[in-house]
Amino acid sequence: MSVLNLSAVLSSRALWAAGPSPGVPAAEVAIDVRDLRIRYGRTDVLHGISFTARRGEVLAVLGPNGAGKTTTIEILEGFRMRSAGQVSVLGVDPAHGGEAWRARLGVVLQSWRDHAKWQVRELLAHLGSYYAPYSEPGRRRPWDVDELIAAVGLTEHARKRVRRLSGGQRRRLDVAIGIVGRPELLFLDEPTAGFDPEARRDFHDLVHRLADQEEATIVLTTHDLDEAERLADRILILAGGQIIADGSADELSRRMSTQAEVRWSRDGQRFVHPADDPTRFVRDLFRQYGESIEDLEVRRASLEDTYMALVRQSESGADRGAPGRLFPVAAR
Amino acid sequence: MNAQLAAARRGARRGWIELRQMLTNPPDIALITISAAVFTGAMLFLRTSRVPGTGFSLGTTELASVLGMNIGFNGLASLAGVLAVEREDGTLLRAKAIPHGMTGYLVGKIVTTSGVVLISVAGTLICGLCLFHGLAVGHVGAWLTLIWVLLLGLAATLPIGAILGALFPSARSAGLLTLVIGGLAAISGIFYPITHLPQWLQWIGQVFPLYWLGLGTRSALLPASLASVEIGHSWRHLATFGVLAGWTAVGLMLAPVVLRRMARRESGSTVAARREKALLRAG
Repeated sequence: MSVLNLSAVLSSRALWAAGPSPGVPAAEVAIDVRDLRIRYGRTDVLHGISFTARRGEVLAVLGPNGAGKTTTIEILEGFRMRSAGQVSVLGVDPAHGGEAWRARLGVVLQSWRDHAKWQVRELLAHLGSYYAPYSEPGRRRPWDVDELIAAVGLTEHARKRVRRLSGGQRRRLDVAIGIVGRPELLFLDEPTAGFDPEARRDFHDLVHRLADQEEATIVLTTHDLDEAERLADRILILAGGQIIADGSADELSRRMSTQAEVRWSRDGQRFVHPADDPTRFVRDLFRQYGESIEDLEVRRASLEDTYMALVRQSESGADRGAPGRLFPVAAR
Repeated sequence: MNAQLAAARRGARRGWIELRQMLTNPPDIALITISAAVFTGAMLFLRTSRVPGTGFSLGTTELASVLGMNIGFNGLASLAGVLAVEREDGTLLRAKAIPHGMTGYLVGKIVTTSGVVLISVAGTLICGLCLFHGLAVGHVGAWLTLIWVLLLGLAATLPIGAILGALFPSARSAGLLTLVIGGLAAISGIFYPITHLPQWLQWIGQVFPLYWLGLGTRSALLPASLASVEIGHSWRHLATFGVLAGWTAVGLMLAPVVLRRMARRESGSTVAARREKALLRAG
């Protein structure tokens, strides 16, 4: 449920959540994708998608399985070749990204059983050492290994061998490996799959810290809509190889449904009322009842409702060929 | 180029760490010890058998051959197997995701594998000197020969091993390589003089490095008179050098191309697909 309380609206995150405008200077653009296409044999996996990500932005890519999320991310990471289109990641075409470019990226991979015999600290120190020649003014690489271990909450396990870590601890290590080079741009593919609620909360804090303190641009794919809403400045929904929506969680749900639900209580009684213009409705409510209004909540359609509606619409073919009709895809 | 060099240094460090991990990991130690014990035990049985046409111990001859086989086996099968396994489990993808990580990874593997070869050769040699008679190690020439055969043998086999590891589609299929090399050992004169095989098998054996590695270590450690049971009644040092150098050249020429192709194909989804396949097999 997305509860729009005052503090959420006022948080800095929500204020600059709008997609990049056409006037974004080139230096501010971390990712610029234009008309990206991928074709395997005769099947198109991506039908020409376009989007941009601003530096410091947290971008969540949502979509059903097989929508092309992982493919898109892998092209941005330079791990996969595209069939057509222009892609620029930190000002470089990933298909020709060299090692210096690579040093500015972080990729969080899903570990399985690799490096089983390594100790956590030993592994992070070793992998971090490759970034040492790529320090920049204001961004010393790699991350200090003990600080990093503390940041992901593995201090107690620093001397443990990787194979002795629990599933959740391994995922924390995956994140640590992804950020050991203090990346300017971080890719996370389903980062919290298998996390317990506490680990998930810790991870969300870490992502916020990376975005705020490290000024890292973060691109993540997830199936967890709650997570996307909590972390992302902007959400991109991919379905059937097309972008069917691009905007902040708030914008998406607002555009999808104009109606909100207002709940309040008065004299110990609970009320629920749909409202087309909740602001005006609440103003009237206060004018009429003043101080006796309590427990006020305004709910818009949750991101999940919006997401389901959008994906269903796209799958039914109503939207085919005109991905930008419902929601104008961020202008470039 | 400087960054490459720095990465190679980090790779050497990686190799050393992994070697140390291996030597402090009981299952790994057990594996190395048991396989050495099995070989040594088998050769002990043959200690009193004679190399046909000589009065020399067959066990001692085999021991000298096995040193050469150690080099070939580790350089080819072990490296190929490790590469296939670590491609499957995502180690390689991690290396690819960091700057110059692949260079570091490969240098690391070369260091680790070479370390294992050195340890197993030294171990076998020490066992041999204690338990077998007749090894001719009393002169400097023996050691010099052993060293150049060892170094050139690693140079000839490691790149080929890496290529094989890159080409095998899965860790399981790379396991087959162990069988193939075992078969190759049988026609390479490791366990019995190659001159007792049919001519055509001798020719096949001589194409591959394994025969020359065994010949090389025999030439280093056995009395000169034992050359009489070899092809051409000679240790053929020049030919050994030539064939091993040829394999080195081929390996070094092909390895970068093949390894680059392998690295290019790695991505999160290829690793995930392999994991799924492997888990399906296990389930």
